[in-house]
Amino acid sequence: MSSKRKRTIFDELKVLLGSRTRADDMELQLYGKDSSVLSGVPSTVCFPVNVEEVQGIVSICNRFQRPFIARGSGTGLAGGAVPIGNPVIISTAKMNKVLEIDLEDRIAWVEPGVLNLDLSKALLEFGFHFAPDPSSQQVCSIGGNVANNSGGPHCLAYGVTTSHVLAAEVVLPNAEVVTLGGIDPEPKGYDLRGLFIGSEGTMGIATKVAVRLTPNPPDVRTLLLDFADVSDGALAVSAIINAGIIPAALEMMDHNAIGIVEAFVHAGYPVEAAAVLLVELDGLSGAVEAAVQTINDVAKIHNAGSVRVAKDETERALLWKGRKNAFGAVARIKPDYYLHDTVVPRSKLVEVLNQVYQIADKYELIAINVFHAGDGNLHPILAYDAREPGILERVHSAGDEIIKASMEAGGVLSGEHGIGLEKRDFMHLLFSAHDMFTQDLVREAFDPQGLANPMKVLPSGSRCSDSFKQNLPEGVWV
Amino acid sequence: MNLGTIERQEFAASVAGSDLVTVVGGKTQWDVGGTIDPNARAVSAPVGIYDYTPSEMTLRCGAGTTVGEIQDILGEHAQMLPVNAERGSTIGGILAVGRSGIRRLRYGAVRDYLLESWHADHEGKLVKSGGPTIKNVSGYDLCRLLVGSLGTLGFLAEVTVRSLPIPPCSRWMTGVCDPFDLQSKLYRPSCILWNGNQVWVLLEGHPVDVEREASITGLSECSGPPVLPSAGRLSLRPKLLRELPQMYKQDWLAEIGVGLVHLSETINNDQSSLSAVTVMRDIKTRLDPTGRLNPGREVF
Repeated sequence: MSSKRKRTIFDELKVLLGSRTRADDMELQLYGKDSSVLSGVPSTVCFPVNVEEVQGIVSICNRFQRPFIARGSGTGLAGGAVPIGNPVIISTAKMNKVLEIDLEDRIAWVEPGVLNLDLSKALLEFGFHFAPDPSSQQVCSIGGNVANNSGGPHCLAYGVTTSHVLAAEVVLPNAEVVTLGGIDPEPKGYDLRGLFIGSEGTMGIATKVAVRLTPNPPDVRTLLLDFADVSDGALAVSAIINAGIIPAALEMMDHNAIGIVEAFVHAGYPVEAAAVLLVELDGLSGAVEAAVQTINDVAKIHNAGSVRVAKDETERALLWKGRKNAFGAVARIKPDYYLHDTVVPRSKLVEVLNQVYQIADKYELIAINVFHAGDGNLHPILAYDAREPGILERVHSAGDEIIKASMEAGGVLSGEHGIGLEKRDFMHLLFSAHDMFTQDLVREAFDPQGLANPMKVLPSGSRCSDSFKQNLPEGVWV
Repeated sequence: MNLGTIERQEFAASVAGSDLVTVVGGKTQWDVGGTIDPNARAVSAPVGIYDYTPSEMTLRCGAGTTVGEIQDILGEHAQMLPVNAERGSTIGGILAVGRSGIRRLRYGAVRDYLLESWHADHEGKLVKSGGPTIKNVSGYDLCRLLVGSLGTLGFLAEVTVRSLPIPPCSRWMTGVCDPFDLQSKLYRPSCILWNGNQVWVLLEGHPVDVEREASITGLSECSGPPVLPSAGRLSLRPKLLRELPQMYKQDWLAEIGVGLVHLSETINNDQSSLSAVTVMRDIKTRLDPTGRLNPGREVF
């Protein structure tokens, strides 16, 4: 006599999605990580193809009181997609269509799994692009950009994701489907769109996103300034902004970064320099030409060795290739790296950069700086070899000190990578208990049961129960 | 202690209590969102600029500071806040109402200019949100929730806003042409207004570029735009503006590319299809359980 086995959550998901519900060892391991050093273990990985399936998965998770995590390309650096509480992973990889390009309204509706660069490529023939351009833009997804309010080099002039997403269809944690924001300029009600963007998957899952189309600039000029002293480079950054110029991008690379990048792309970066500034100016030609002149003047005043202007699109692309692949190029010197992300006032760049070097020296690590200088957005890379015993502790200790130095300089915890798991226990450096309590009240309005990507963004104890804490995976650094 | 700390604490203390309370700014948009309960006690946000470093392009001030004062100090350093508000409007009022100025086409929405805020909550406690730097993704973006919330979730005490360089040249042009065609010919104009017949366009930037763009328009220079009708306001997706001449016979002026219509008659958007009302209501209940903040104002 056999009693009928009670259906598990896996069985239910299998009924809903068939072979697109997976729980093989290899997949569980793969989806246990994102691009941070953290990892956990999911229970199941699902690959829905439309909003109804996402809604179905979330409903099942509600019935079984099981947490779920939306996942784009897994390029997040703060552990935002690392599974905690044995969750169901909802991958948006198969929701990757550009649904509609509306040139009159200058918007496009896209599915969350569309890759950032693919979107801009799709818009190219119409003379438009999607402005946020994280370094991972070849592989990161629009859904992930929304979750992290992603930036990128060109956000200095154009703003981050929240300025470029007008509306989103979202499956709320209770499985209700809603539209946040709107294509019209003043949608009624509270700006839940603005709140949702950057909420790291803790307020629901975007299943359709309306992005703003930005016209491609008629004129673009890319300049490379080199400096024998990092301080001069950092001062030039403030001087450029002070001169009333907002470049499309204003990036800095230090000596270590220049060396590894040049060995990788052979773009003619000056390997002797202590620092270079990569400046991009765009817009109408009159403004661009005037800005080139101003930057030449600033370069002289701040002792730049030379100003190189990319002569054509090929040279421009090569210079950017170096910048955008700098992180990957670190592998030339060490197999692993830890990438940080803090923001400081521009006027404090020199001071904090010097502290970063001192901290790295103290822990005998190599610091490589390649970052969005115009925004004050530092990205110190600590290069290391994970096989070296005790090295991760040193890397973490150095990271803690870099974060604290940035906070003391009047900065913030994250410019574009988010808080995730990595920085949630640093939130108290920026916010009071009451600030975080208030943030959690708002999160709870979306997710009273705490099922959507639990344990992320806010430290445990801000308000919600610590029900998932016992499931913290080993090695998670919180 | 930072400049402004005492002022915001005093403001928060003035909000505390169990009575109905309303925050009063310059009263330049006082009619937006319904009538305040006459029993509500009025409080005013702190006034004063606490911190302004031109090279950071950020300015920190009391939420009760007027736009006039802010534009004056920014102007001394050839910077501006891209809002088109009356000089007597307070920055807190502009953000709480959340309406962007007519140059939104180029400069974006006013919500994107608020970087950090301190607000007094329903218990008169201070809450900080956002961060003082131009780029920041630390924690939930309560700043954007507060913009346009008409003070129903908390009263702004202090804000840090982002400034922009004043364009070296600025020119209004007017004439008769197809405004949609005009938009497609120009690179990021600051404003295009249309009344169904006549067009006004604002070109800003380097003088050489403004001159070149002006010649593309084929329009003649004028001193500025007409006064915006203010009885009604419609928010439409931009392409629907084409149909306005068939829809309305009264005076109207539309912001092409943005989707706003200013009307001489009291016509406003139909709100019946609003999504996510449950979440909005829940947020209001959690952040103001007794409904004492700006009673009478309705956001949804």
